[in-house]
Amino acid sequence: MRYESPETTEAAVELLAGEGPRCRVLAGGTDLLVQLRAGMISPERIVDIKRIRETQEIRVDDGALVVGAAVSGAELGEHPQAKGIWPGVVEAAELIGSTQIQGRATLGGNLCNASPAADTVPALIAAGARCRIAGPHGMRTIPVEDVCTGPGQISLGAGEFVLAFEFPVRPPRSSDAYLRFIPRTEMDIAVVGVGINLTLDEGGHCVSARVAVGAVAPTAIVVEKAGATLVGTRCDEQTLEAMAAEVRAACRPIDDKRGTAEYRTAVAGVLAIRATRIAVERARNA
Amino acid sequence: MMAKSHITTVINGDPTEFLCETEQTLLDVLRDELHLTGSKEGCASGDCGACSVIVDGRLVCACLVLAVEAQDKTVETIEGMASGERLHPLQTKFLEHAALQCGVCTPGFLIAAKSLLERNPDPTESEVRYWLAGNLCRCTGYDKIVRAVLDAAADMRG
Ligand SMILES: Cc1cc2nc3c(=O)[nH]c(=O)nc-3n(C[C@H](O)[C@H](O)[C@H](O)COP(=O)(O)OP(=O)(O)OC[C@H]3O[C@@H](n4cnc5c(N)ncnc54)[C@H](O)[C@@H]3O)c2cc1C
Ligand code: FES
Ligand code: FES
Repeated sequence: MRYESPETTEAAVELLAGEGPRCRVLAGGTDLLVQLRAGMISPERIVDIKRIRETQEIRVDDGALVVGAAVSGAELGEHPQAKGIWPGVVEAAELIGSTQIQGRATLGGNLCNASPAADTVPALIAAGARCRIAGPHGMRTIPVEDVCTGPGQISLGAGEFVLAFEFPVRPPRSSDAYLRFIPRTEMDIAVVGVGINLTLDEGGHCVSARVAVGAVAPTAIVVEKAGATLVGTRCDEQTLEAMAAEVRAACRPIDDKRGTAEYRTAVAGVLAIRATRIAVERARNA
Repeated sequence: MMAKSHITTVINGDPTEFLCETEQTLLDVLRDELHLTGSKEGCASGDCGACSVIVDGRLVCACLVLAVEAQDKTVETIEGMASGERLHPLQTKFLEHAALQCGVCTPGFLIAAKSLLERNPDPTESEVRYWLAGNLCRCTGYDKIVRAVLDAAADMRG
């Protein structure tokens, strides 16, 4: 196994394309090193992307946040503006692991590891975030929900990697929230995770909403109908119940040691309601 | 046979060079090559925090860092915590409060607590507990550790 730490995107693409499937991107290593140690993967080459400047930047361009794929959870949490604009995305990133894991874990790694329970993915999808992907044919930008295709599977081609995440410009009175359910208070894998992002008008009516759910299907999913239920309403209790029903209807979970399919589906509805209340409260003050 | 990588780094203030294989973690090199055996391996999967070290100012698990990644970085380990014979206030308070039994988790807790107090000299009990949630102890039941950290923080604030 060889290790490379290129300083430019072009050099990284060349290294990644050269070795084909036996090559792995290294960001924070909190999934990759565990898998290496367990013998689950045995790459020929590891390409560390952390020395590439674009993967490490957090910028706000005309109100639009851009976060490098290899920014750690700790750095994102400490950024003076990121949490104010996208509190849901940042709270999801800050939920990953312990302080030690926060020092290393990245958004790019959380997405590309493609665990159905990855915490930041529902928040990123609800936010309408897009991935800037570098590859042998130049740059392309795709919605976050087009990256994971199944557990451990992503749509990126040979030589491609995620360089950064781009977030849309926020209209006034917009906010987001992410909630997950775990049996402990820290350090566990989500039984269900729900991300919601919405915008209110001056009268407090919802003008747009996106709801995404994790750990209830092979990949995190957007529930278009749940978002649509909220639009035009003041997110009153009756509407929230109808929205939760749409979330439950979209769930296709499995039974495992963390929870049965029935339990996961019920919890998804409850979390969707609670997360929406938080997002509405934040949007009123945004 | 693959050539080993030659890594230049600063460990506990001393410029340090070592040779390593790509497969070796920073924890492997600290313990097996540099004989800095204060950092412990409890799980090798990021769950226990016994291997906690500070790399470029960030608290991380040395078992989840490749040794080759340490090129040009500064690394702080438990071996750098006392100044000669003079213990760090956290070390003194751990002894006073009997915040250790077998001691396997202790270097990790001390390094993690040091990194907390560098950022937040006056943490609440709940902040201490959350910050240290990635450090597991099978002996003490945590209360004495948390009290020792709060007491050390008060001491260091003067
Ligand atoms: C103790 C512990 C607790 C954890 N708790 C949580 C938790 O609460 N919630 C949660 O969601 N996860 C958790 N995780 C999993 C892990 O920390 C996260 O998934 C993390 O975000 C992974 O990021 P990384 O930078 O460390 O990824 P890496 O390990 O570097 O990479 C992960 C995968 O993605 C690929 N990759 C990385 N970056 C890119 C990129 N930019 N482009 C293309 N491919 C890329 C790698 O090749 C690899 O296959 C935990 C892990 C540990 C060890
Ligand atoms: S040995 Fe590194 S966290 Fe347990
Ligand atoms: S003192 Fe034994 S594990 Fe903590």
